Amino acid sequence: MRQPNILFDGLPLPFADGQTIMEAATAAGIFIPHLCHHPDFKPQGSCKLCTVKANGRHVSACTMPAKDGMEVENNSPDLNDKRRTMLQMLFVEGNHFCPSCEKSGNCMLQALAYELEMLTPHFPHFYPDRPVDASHPQVLLDFNRCILCELCVRASRDVDDKNVFALSGRGIRKHLIVNAESGRLADTSFSLGDKAAHVCPVGVIIEKGRGFALPIGRRRYDIQPIGMELERAARCRGSGEAI
Amino acid sequence: MDCDPRSLLETVVTEGCFEAMGLAALLQPVVDRHRRDPRQLLQILRAAQEVLGYLPAVALTAIADAVDLPRARVEGVAGFYSFLHLTPVGRYRVLFSDNITDRMLGSGELLDRLCNKLWIERGKVSEDGLVSVDTTSCTGMGDQGPALLVNGRPMTRMSAERIDWISELIRGQAALDDWPREFFVVDDNIQRRDALLTTRWPAGEALRTALARGRSAMLAEMQRANLRGRGGAGFTTHIKWESARRATTRGERATRYVVCNADEGEPGTFKDRVLLASYADLVFDGMTIAGFTIGAEQGLLYLRGEYAWLLPALDENLVRRRRDGLLGGQICGQADLSFDIEIHVGAGAYVCGEETALLESLEGKRGVPRIRPPFPVHAGYLGQPTVVNNVETLCKAALIALRGGDWFAGLGTKQSTGTKLLSISGDVERPGVYEYPFGVSVSQVLSDCGADNAQAVQVGGPSGACLAMHEFMRRIAFEDVPTAGAFMVFGAQRDMFEVARNFSHFFAHESCGFCTPCRVGTSLVANCMDKIANGHGSQYEINEIFRIHRLLHAASHCGLGQSACNPLLDTLTKFRPAYERRLRSLDFEPAFDLDQALAGARQMTGRDDPAAHFGQPARMPGGER
Repeated sequence: MRQPNILFDGLPLPFADGQTIMEAATAAGIFIPHLCHHPDFKPQGSCKLCTVKANGRHVSACTMPAKDGMEVENNSPDLNDKRRTMLQMLFVEGNHFCPSCEKSGNCMLQALAYELEMLTPHFPHFYPDRPVDASHPQVLLDFNRCILCELCVRASRDVDDKNVFALSGRGIRKHLIVNAESGRLADTSFSLGDKAAHVCPVGVIIEKGRGFALPIGRRRYDIQPIGMELERAARCRGSGEAI
Repeated sequence: MDCDPRSLLETVVTEGCFEAMGLAALLQPVVDRHRRDPRQLLQILRAAQEVLGYLPAVALTAIADAVDLPRARVEGVAGFYSFLHLTPVGRYRVLFSDNITDRMLGSGELLDRLCNKLWIERGKVSEDGLVSVDTTSCTGMGDQGPALLVNGRPMTRMSAERIDWISELIRGQAALDDWPREFFVVDDNIQRRDALLTTRWPAGEALRTALARGRSAMLAEMQRANLRGRGGAGFTTHIKWESARRATTRGERATRYVVCNADEGEPGTFKDRVLLASYADLVFDGMTIAGFTIGAEQGLLYLRGEYAWLLPALDENLVRRRRDGLLGGQICGQADLSFDIEIHVGAGAYVCGEETALLESLEGKRGVPRIRPPFPVHAGYLGQPTVVNNVETLCKAALIALRGGDWFAGLGTKQSTGTKLLSISGDVERPGVYEYPFGVSVSQVLSDCGADNAQAVQVGGPSGACLAMHEFMRRIAFEDVPTAGAFMVFGAQRDMFEVARNFSHFFAHESCGFCTPCRVGTSLVANCMDKIANGHGSQYEINEIFRIHRLLHAASHCGLGQSACNPLLDTLTKFRPAYERRLRSLDFEPAFDLDQALAGARQMTGRDDPAAHFGQPARMPGGER
């Protein structure tokens, strides 16, 4: 039987039954910009960075199941412009100061901004008041950088079985909270060994006592732009080279 | 402990601190009444707040323990709904309905008047904890505004005299039951009756007719009637019912559900209020018929928090129906037929009118719309096949059971059969509920309700369409101007920019915050509108609004975000001068007033000379005297 295909930016892309557009693309070494998606967790489709056009309709690639013959538009000026606008929204919604951030160079938000050629935040800043939580002996929480992707929420709930994180509030006032009456991370069961301690795509969950071990400029996305790893790995697989 | 909860509360709250043991005693009956069921979390939080006044941190911990949920999850739910408070609120909580129609009737001035009388700042609790005054989204009283809620009870037809009286009552700390009864009168205001509102059948008559027809025949009647959902989207009801009937149930508690969406949150809509107040038996008949037809044993009615005042009468009705054999086991004497209805009350979240957000809320969670597919007919409440229908849709289903599908299809137009209830408010002589066969023209409606100088009509609420005069010959129907029922009329004297600005703030307030474009975009747009209103706008802002609209329309997770900029787009297209006369120039203007920004520095240094001002010819200090 013929393997089902989607037509991805004009090229046929095979997929396995049950795969989403994101999974099919990732398997083929194609990078679709995303922030809240992580292959280890149930997709939730909230950041909307992975918005693609499937058969003419805008959908989230991370939640939309691939269907045979589906035409998917991904890397188009219009979609990239929308993604850029959403990145700008995320930048002005929080307080992001890349030059002084420990996550600079390892941050997906920053890396995507470079990748999608975002030159300025464009919109007026909201400058929200989000105090940091330094109560925990091993970890600092800097809520200023939170993009509400819920990866820590999902990791703590689904992998660590601890439910340390959750979201509260609504609309522009939506925010991350921790599982303690005091509201302090130190009063939760959180520890550095948790999966949740290592999934933040930006710089909210920061390990204490270990700053700038690798200088900015030599970090993950400094060396190769986001998405390149995936695409290079696929090329190597294709040509049989070692990565 | 069998002491009076009031006196117990006083001993438990000492100087704002809750004593843990006493708190547990206060909360125990609340959680027990809801079977310590985590799916009842929203109901438990509402009830706990009734007892405690607000939801202090210790109470959330106690509730989380009682229902065995992580505390953070409980706090997340409590933080989602506007009517749940995590900080102390006034013993009298006054919330002015902030829909544009209330504003047109002077609600803004009345709010200021009340604040002045009570010496308080809007949105802040008075020092003595007595009172707080703020606004809330439309309370569904557009036909008898300006309206407000005091401790959840609706008050209508506010006037300066009434506001002065209210401030005296609050200062005198009079119990709400001792306030003048006429303040709380809510009229139905039915102005035009057609097929539905002329119906006067005894309770259960429609149900008995449906049972006599049988399941398949009832579904066939629904198909012949070609009834489409009255909540706005217009999905064909019999297809929904058929799909849910065929869908497979799962797990141990395998069953199907019927959900009545009574979360009538669209600003300017109030027809479901009238149906629930005066036609409740038709609603419950409709739900039971749906249950019988699809094979469901449980019905759930989700009542918006603003309509909580309807609850006692609705609960009484359910008791009566159980007594009369119209609910419970062996309905109408049929041994194998059981169906019951439970009412859940919302807590101030417009987004819960979206059917999957409503299901989340019913399950005791934050009202965030789900990813679709799967659709509720396949995996709805608790993952089971669920039919979610609007209040009016279910009434129409009852009507179809009584009078047959062919009769129903004979009303209205071919694609939009039957009648539609319109909630008419704004600049009209006779506001209220009007029932018309589908296909009626906007101009006909306008002349019936006494709107002589209308310049615009917002049909379907903020997420609907704004029609200008040249469109008044268009017809109310799914194939022309679809609507969930709101019909707000704006006279020639109204400023359509202010209408759109009011709507932009509504969407920013009601965005659930799940997806990036809607969460941030609705607030950015509201800020743009404020900038234009403050006289700092330019062509730049107009372009920004168009740009954000294109993004929200394409990338938002649900209909709220997708339609959030519709009213702006409509008014920008049809009433451009209302915007342009406010623009400072067609060039870029800074978002803030630089000179005003220096005011603090001037005050601190005691200077007010020209050099301390920005934008005036710069002069060297001491240079020119």
